[in-house]
Amino acid sequence: MALLFYPEFEVIRNENRCIACRVCERQCANEVHSHDSESGLMLSDETKCVNCQRCVSLCPTRALKIVKSDCTFRENANWQNDTIKEVYKQANSGGVLLSSMGNPKPFPVYWDKILINASQVTNPSIDPLREPMETKVFIGKKPSQIERDKDGKLQFNLSPQLELSMPVMFSAMSYGSISYNAHKSLATAARELGILYNTGEGGLHEDFYIYGENTVVQVASGRFGVHEDYLKAGAAVEIKMGQGAKPGIGGHLPGTKIVGDVSRTRMIPEGSDAISPAPHHDIYSIEDLRQLVYSLKEATEYKKPIIVKVAAVHNIAAIASGIARSGADIIAIDGFRGGTGAAPTRIRDNVGIPVELALAAVDKRLRDEGIRNNVSLVVGGSIRSASDVVKAVALGADACYIATAALLALGCHLCRACQTGKCNWGIATQKPELVKRLNPEIGKEHLVNLMNAWRHEIKELMGGMGINSIEALRGNRLMLRGIGLTDKELEILGISHAGE
Amino acid sequence: MNRIEGQIRIPSGCAIAAVISKDGNRMTGEKIVESMKPMHDRSNGLGGGFAAYGIYPEYKEFYALHMFFNDRSSRKNCEAFLKERFEIVKSELMPTRKIPAITDEPVIWRYFVAPLQSNLHNLQLDEKEYVARTVMKINSEMPGSFVFSSGKNMGAFKAVGFPEDVGVFYKLDEYEGYSWTAHGRYPTNTPGWWGGAHPFTLLDYSIVHNGEISSYDANRRFIEMFGYKCTLQTDTEVITYIMDYLIRVQKLTLDEAASVIAAPFWSTIDGKTDPYEKEKLKFLRTVFPSMLITGPFSIVFGFNGGLMALNDRLKLRSMVVGEKDDKVFIASEEAAIRVMEPNASNMHAPAGGEPVIVKVKEGAF
Amino acid sequence: MKRVFVNEEWCLGCHLCEYNCAFANSGMTDMVKALKGKKIYPKIHVNGDDKINFAVSCRHCEDPLCVKACIAGALNIKDGRVCIDKTRCVGCYSCIMVCPYGSLSVSENGTASKCELCLENACGEPACVKGCPNRAIVYEER
Repeated sequence: MALLFYPEFEVIRNENRCIACRVCERQCANEVHSHDSESGLMLSDETKCVNCQRCVSLCPTRALKIVKSDCTFRENANWQNDTIKEVYKQANSGGVLLSSMGNPKPFPVYWDKILINASQVTNPSIDPLREPMETKVFIGKKPSQIERDKDGKLQFNLSPQLELSMPVMFSAMSYGSISYNAHKSLATAARELGILYNTGEGGLHEDFYIYGENTVVQVASGRFGVHEDYLKAGAAVEIKMGQGAKPGIGGHLPGTKIVGDVSRTRMIPEGSDAISPAPHHDIYSIEDLRQLVYSLKEATEYKKPIIVKVAAVHNIAAIASGIARSGADIIAIDGFRGGTGAAPTRIRDNVGIPVELALAAVDKRLRDEGIRNNVSLVVGGSIRSASDVVKAVALGADACYIATAALLALGCHLCRACQTGKCNWGIATQKPELVKRLNPEIGKEHLVNLMNAWRHEIKELMGGMGINSIEALRGNRLMLRGIGLTDKELEILGISHAGE
Repeated sequence: MNRIEGQIRIPSGCAIAAVISKDGNRMTGEKIVESMKPMHDRSNGLGGGFAAYGIYPEYKEFYALHMFFNDRSSRKNCEAFLKERFEIVKSELMPTRKIPAITDEPVIWRYFVAPLQSNLHNLQLDEKEYVARTVMKINSEMPGSFVFSSGKNMGAFKAVGFPEDVGVFYKLDEYEGYSWTAHGRYPTNTPGWWGGAHPFTLLDYSIVHNGEISSYDANRRFIEMFGYKCTLQTDTEVITYIMDYLIRVQKLTLDEAASVIAAPFWSTIDGKTDPYEKEKLKFLRTVFPSMLITGPFSIVFGFNGGLMALNDRLKLRSMVVGEKDDKVFIASEEAAIRVMEPNASNMHAPAGGEPVIVKVKEGAF
Repeated sequence: MKRVFVNEEWCLGCHLCEYNCAFANSGMTDMVKALKGKKIYPKIHVNGDDKINFAVSCRHCEDPLCVKACIAGALNIKDGRVCIDKTRCVGCYSCIMVCPYGSLSVSENGTASKCELCLENACGEPACVKGCPNRAIVYEER
C-alpha cells in the first residue's frame, strides 16, 4: 500500500457565496472541482490541488480560497512536514524529486539587507518628473584604446553592443517549457520596451524571427534548435553553461511537452524527453569555451555579442575571470534562487550561491584584474523589483535578467508545478486548451506595464541619489549600506554597514 | 578621533575662481587671492588653495614636487625613495609666512626632479607615466608623506584655512604665473588635513571643484582599474584622475573629454544633425559610461598652457565667465571676477556640460 | 457604433460572461443574492466543446431581421442598438426563429430576451466584456 498523507492544501468553499456557476470546475486542469447534479453543490478533490489559484482568481463571487492544510505530522524541528512528505513520496516512487521555479528555502535574501542612499543638503536630489533621467545602457565589450584615423578623427571601433532602454532583459525560458503565447508575449513586449528577451534552449519558433533584434538566442548543451539561421536571427547569442536553479545539470523537458511545433522547433521527435547533457561535451575546460565563443562569432560574422551564462557557484569570481578572457562579450550570472520549469528538488534547494554575493565578488575580481571593461555583467536569479535592479546595478551589474517576475506578470502564481505541464495559466504548458488561456495581447500589456512601472521606480530611486543616468550608478557601491550583515558579508558585498 | 580624508568620504561645498592670460602675460598671485574675499562665506576655513602655471621658468624642465610630511622622519624616508627614482636638482623648504590664521602646518617641502633615465628604460615607461606612478605609490603606500603637486613649471599651494589666508601664508604675491586657479572649501566635517584641500593635482593637471558628485564610487572603482589610487576619497581627486586618463592616456581632446564626463543627454545626441558629431558623442558615451559624472559640479581644470571650465550637465552649481583684453576670468560668483577686473565684459554663465576652453597662444608659455 | 465582438481564439469556455450578464441585468448589487440557487437567463451564451468555444450575443445588425419579424412592435432600433420593449412582447418567438445567429433567447417570464449592451442597466458598459478574463469578448468600433 502506498504511503498516503493528507493533502497539502484545502479548498475552502463558502457555500453561502457559491452560485454553482462551475467556472472553477471548467478552469481546473487538475480536475479538483466537480459539480454534483443531485445536490446542486460543487465538490472538491483536494489531493489534486497544486494551489495555482486559478479557480480563486476566476470565482465571480469570491466563494473560494485555497489554504495550507493545518493537518500536520507531530511537530518536529528536525523532521519538518515537507521533509517527511518527501520521504513518503520517494518511498512510493523510488525517483528523484522534481520541482520547479526558484529555491523556496529561507536562505538570506541579501537584496533585503541592503539599503539605498538619498541626497540631503550637500547635493540636490533630482526630480525625474521635471528633469531628464536616463536608463539606457549599452552592453558589450568596450575598447581599451581609442584609435584615430590620419586626420585625427575618432575611429568608431566598437565591438557589437546591445542597446537596452533600461537595464533589464527577459531571461531565458525555452519554447517548450513555456508556451507559444508566453513566448509571443515576451517577444512583443521586448520589442515595445526596447529591450531583449531570450529564447532559452528550445530554439526559436519561425513566427518569432521577426522579433530577432530583440532576441537573445541561446545555445545550450543539448543544442536543441540550433542552426545557422537561428544564430543569425538574434541580436546576441548566449552560451548556456549553467542555470542558477540547477547548477551542474542540463535542462529537463518532459516528453509530454514535446509536441507539434515544439518538436519541430527543437528538431527532436515528438514525445521524446529533452534532457540536455550536464556539461557541453565540447567544453571540458576554459580553452574549449573560447573555441565555442569564436565558433559562434565566426558563424555570426562577428556582428553579435556572445553571452556566456553561468550559474553562481562557489568559485564564481575565478570562473568569470576566465570567461572575461575567453572572448565573450557579456557574462550572465544566474543566482541560486533563479527559476526553472523542472529541476531535481535537492539540487534546486541546495546547490549554488546567492547572486548578490556572486555579483559583488565577480565585479570586484574583474576590476582588480583590470578586465572589467572586457565584458558586461548581467545578473539574474531572483530580481524581484525595481529596487533589486537598482541594488544590482550599484553592486556592479550592467543589466539584470528577469524571468520569474515576468511570469508573474503573465499570470503565474508560483505554484511550482510547471513540470506537470498542466499550467492552468497557459504559461508552462503545451496543451492547446490551456495555452489559449494566455492571450498574448494581454500578456504583452502586463509585461510592458510592469517594466514601465519599474522604470519609473528606478528613476525615482536614482533621482533621490542625485544621479540622472544609470551609468553613474553602475558599481557605485557607496550608494548602498548593509543592515544586519556580518563583517564578512559586508566585505564580500564591498559595502559599509548602515550608520557608517 | 576624527578620521581624515582617505579614511572617510567627506562631502563639501565650495568657491572657485580662475584667471588666465591668453598672451601668456604673467601675473602675481595677489589678484586671485583678492578674488576669494567676496566669496568668503562659501568656505568655512577648513581648506583653501591655489594652482599657478608658469611660476618656475628657471626649472621648467623639471617636475616640481610639492610635498607634505607629517614629520622629519617621513621626509627622510621619502627622500631616500625619491633618490632611487629621480635626480633631485633642488630640494628646499617651501617658503611661507607665519600668520595667526594658519596653524598646525605639516613639514612642507619642494623638490625639482628629473626621472632617472635608466629606470625609465628598464620599466619601458614614458616619463609622465613614471612620475604619475611614483606619485600614486607615495600617496597610497607611504604614510606621513603626500605629494600635492607634481607638474612641470606649475605648482599647487594649499592648506587648512580660508583661501585668502592661505595665499598670504604661501607668499603667492611673490610668484608670477600666466594662469591661476583658486579654491575655498566648505567641508561638512572637520578633517583638518592639509592634503584634503584643493586644488588636487597630478602631473601638470590640477582641478578646483565645487560640488558633490553622486557618481563618485562608480567613477572611483572604474578609474582604479587603470592604476590610479583614490587615497583621499574626494571628488576632486577622482575627477583629476579621470581627466588624466582621458587626456594623457586615451589622448582625447579637451572637448571630447568634456563630452565624456558631462555627456550630453541621449535626447540631445539624437537631435544632432552632423553625422560625425552624433556618432562621436554616442561612441564616447558607449565606450566611457563609467566616467560620466553626475551630481552638481563646477570645475576648473588647469594644465600647462590653458584651462577648461565645466559645469555638470544640469548646471547644478553656479559658474560665470568674463573677459578683459587678453584675460579670461572664471568664478563661482560674478563678484569675484569684479574684484579681479572691475571692467570685465562679456560676462556669462556657460550652460551645463558646455566646456569653456582657454588656451595660451603657442610659444607664450 | 461600438458593438460586442467575440474572438473564439481566446474564448476559454469558462461561462463567466453568462453569469456576469445575468447579474448585470438582475438589478441587484450583490451577485450572490442575485444568482444563488436560481436558474439564470443570460443574454449571451457560450457554445462549443472541449476544444473550441465562443460566446454568442446580439450583433445589433444594421438591418435586423428580428425587428422586421416582430409582430407586436416590441423590437426597435435605438441609436443603432436593437432593443426590446418587454411590455409589448407577446412571446411569439418569431424573432428567435429568424435570427440567423441564435442571439435571442427566452427570459424568465416568457418574453423574448436579448443583449442591449448594458447601456440601460447599472453597468453602463457590457458586463460580459468587462468580466472576460482573456479579452475574448471586446466592445469596439469595427
